[in-house]
Amino acid sequence: MTTKTDLTGARLNDVASALRNLLGDDRVLVGQESTRPYECDGLVLHRQTPPVVVLPQSSAEVSAVLQLCESKAVPVVPRGAGTGLSGGATPHQNGVLLSLAKLDHILHIDPRNRVAIVQPGVRNLAISEAVALHGLHYAPDPSSQVACTIGGNVAENAGGVHCLKYGLTLHNVLRIRGCTMTGEAVEFGSLAPDTPGLDLLALVIGSEGMLAVVTEVAVRLAPKPQLARCILASFDDVTRASDAVAALIGSGIIPAGLEMLDQAATHLVEPFANAGYDLEAAAILLCESDGTPEEVEEEIDRMSTVLKKAGAVALRVSANEPERLRLWAGRKNAFPAAGRASPAYYCMDGTIPRRHLGSMLREIKRMEQHYALRCPNVFHAGDGNLHPLIMFDDADPDSVERALAFGAEILETSVRLGGTVTGEHGVGLEKLDTMCLQFDSHTRDMFHAVKRAFDPSGLLNPGKAIPSLHRCAEFGRQKIVGGRLPFPDLPRF
Amino acid sequence: MTEMQLDAELESRVAELSASIRESAASGTKLAICGSGSKDFYGNAMIGMPLDVRGLNGPLRHEPSELVVTAAAGTSLLVLEETLSSANQMLAFEPPHFGSQATVGGCVAAGLCGPRRIATGYAGGALRDHVLGAKLLDGRGNLLSFGGTVIKNVAGYDVARLLAGSLGILGVLVEVSLKVVPRPTAEITLAVECDEVAALKYFGDWNLQPWPISASSWNDGRLLLRLSGATTAVRMATRAIGGDLLDEQTAANFWRGVREQTDSWFALTPEETLWRVSLPAGAPTLDPRKRQSESIFLEWHGMQRWIKTRDRSHTSLREQAHGFGGYVTRFRCGVAPDPDSRQIPAFEALSPALHAIHQRLKAEFDPSGIFNYNRLQPNF
Repeated sequence: MTTKTDLTGARLNDVASALRNLLGDDRVLVGQESTRPYECDGLVLHRQTPPVVVLPQSSAEVSAVLQLCESKAVPVVPRGAGTGLSGGATPHQNGVLLSLAKLDHILHIDPRNRVAIVQPGVRNLAISEAVALHGLHYAPDPSSQVACTIGGNVAENAGGVHCLKYGLTLHNVLRIRGCTMTGEAVEFGSLAPDTPGLDLLALVIGSEGMLAVVTEVAVRLAPKPQLARCILASFDDVTRASDAVAALIGSGIIPAGLEMLDQAATHLVEPFANAGYDLEAAAILLCESDGTPEEVEEEIDRMSTVLKKAGAVALRVSANEPERLRLWAGRKNAFPAAGRASPAYYCMDGTIPRRHLGSMLREIKRMEQHYALRCPNVFHAGDGNLHPLIMFDDADPDSVERALAFGAEILETSVRLGGTVTGEHGVGLEKLDTMCLQFDSHTRDMFHAVKRAFDPSGLLNPGKAIPSLHRCAEFGRQKIVGGRLPFPDLPRF
Repeated sequence: MTEMQLDAELESRVAELSASIRESAASGTKLAICGSGSKDFYGNAMIGMPLDVRGLNGPLRHEPSELVVTAAAGTSLLVLEETLSSANQMLAFEPPHFGSQATVGGCVAAGLCGPRRIATGYAGGALRDHVLGAKLLDGRGNLLSFGGTVIKNVAGYDVARLLAGSLGILGVLVEVSLKVVPRPTAEITLAVECDEVAALKYFGDWNLQPWPISASSWNDGRLLLRLSGATTAVRMATRAIGGDLLDEQTAANFWRGVREQTDSWFALTPEETLWRVSLPAGAPTLDPRKRQSESIFLEWHGMQRWIKTRDRSHTSLREQAHGFGGYVTRFRCGVAPDPDSRQIPAFEALSPALHAIHQRLKAEFDPSGIFNYNRLQPNF
């Protein structure tokens, strides 16, 4: 049985033909064969073949597509490169998937004023490559930067390993042009500091494509550091490594990068990356300094002193660029290595106040036993953002179940420790349930209200990021099954 | 303690405020949210019954190694900054106080930044860049909690940052969590004699260099540049830039004077108005010929320009600023403003599309329209 919201049969034909009138035949894809490549983003646990995919080439076309979909009450899901990890770009069963991949031009580079204006489909790394000759770069560097696009970075407020020192997407975007669901052109922010009215730019960045569709982004460029060097510090105890991070930051140092890997993680990556990690160590820290050669020398000295005092059992400082890159290769290969060591892995993204790291890692150890799954940990130590990698077998439904439960318990623990369910990957579809734990019903209601203010018809990327009241009630009911409320101190609806 | 829980003292004050908000919402009584009043001059005229929120006090929670401080909105900004300073930390946006009693809530609601805003990376940026979390009493008297105390957090829309600079139109700030940064190890100020055109050219040239610039200003033939960072970085930049080194005390006094507008340039005669012109980097000089007795003071590499004029009309200034892609704000009026001086809206009008979004947001947060009516934009 079909209902009037189904995008099938005659309604699908009608919508597709109206879209073809706007974009031509080539850039409207219908039928499994051509739309299947869009069935998921980086979160492969959720798949949905979209009924229609459109590939507009200009902001005017984006606007026309949105206007049409609004008038026909068809949901729209915007998509960049599809590298997101939380299902923010998972297609809607009865919606149009709006790919921004063809808006891929760098429109303007102004090195003297440190600004680049680009279309949303421009890859993150392509911006840095285009401005390198001026000694500049675009600082946020999510690990997917080779593939991910700036439009997707805006949707997710993407970070990266250097974000403690250089900020997130939010700190490096000056202005966004785009369209609301009605197709109306909007401009958030400005090349000039501060705009009249509320700071809607801050609200739109990280809104997971639910408030507006981005058609142009003005980014702030930063001087590219002349030199970077990295310290590899070994610790015989995870808590001591964590205390060393606190000592570094407490001493007034903001490292360019600060990453931690536990022993399970170093053992996971070393066979693949040959990074030269200390496999005896209970945890290692990668601590990077960048700047002018003189600055780096001064800072590496300060860092080394603090790390030794904090109980590092061994320190190694990269002597040259190949060695530095080798040290990073281990960290950067953590996800692929997990992929090779196990049929599947599930990467979590909670952030906790760093002082709770020790207890968090102890909890994860306990959960490994409980769910009978391995979980190495890599960790943006500077900002408390954890990436536990739960290794499971996706061909075994029981293993999948255990992995999902394991993941949910890690996120619940993050909230209980005063942190958040997502530091940088976004909520998407993946973390809707755990959002019920992090925010009370009044706050969640207000999130829905914010969505309404931008998109009264609720057609833009519906059902993502903010759980419905019903969903949280259902989630709460499931949690009480078994006679135990997991976090009795949390406010309940 | 969970994220939603408040200190007992704060909680009881919140309960009282919540009750008065509900009452005002029911009777349709407009409220003017008041802290110390240090920034009453800013924005459009306040309308409504004063709602004193200075009682929103609680323990200051500063975690130096987590780079975060959480404070109740009524906390003294001075006390907060002294606490940070004792751990060798600071607020990177160097907020103006505009009064010894300034509160943290007022600081965030006004969203104003000082000279350090132009520093790159973690060492500078706008106030909103450093807001990590906020608790808010909305127009229904409900306590909402956005963001948190961790630096990286993308759960839910970033409403905490929306509140920065919102001038209280969405509700009463109860508590905020702000990112803090270490104080630089070295800081010096250089003076270079030059005209305005040359100053603007210098700013562009310096943007191509990796120098740790943390403030810049130009006025009356003199450019001042502050460098902050690692000792070697500051030394190298100093050598490359040249100019005269200011002694530490003079420099500190100067930047404080600029931040607080206690520098003599900012003194206004009763007839004068101080305009803030916000411009894209690289915007050329503004032509003063159309305005009476105009004087100009540049900050932020020329992206913030203060114009002092006897001209009440803003038309020619706004036309020029728009031509360069910027905005004009009526910042202050002279000590004896005529009653009409605040008739001109302080901030520019919004585009119809943004105006509609603003109105809907306002209606969601404050359905009875009681908070700070008119302050940010006329009619809401």
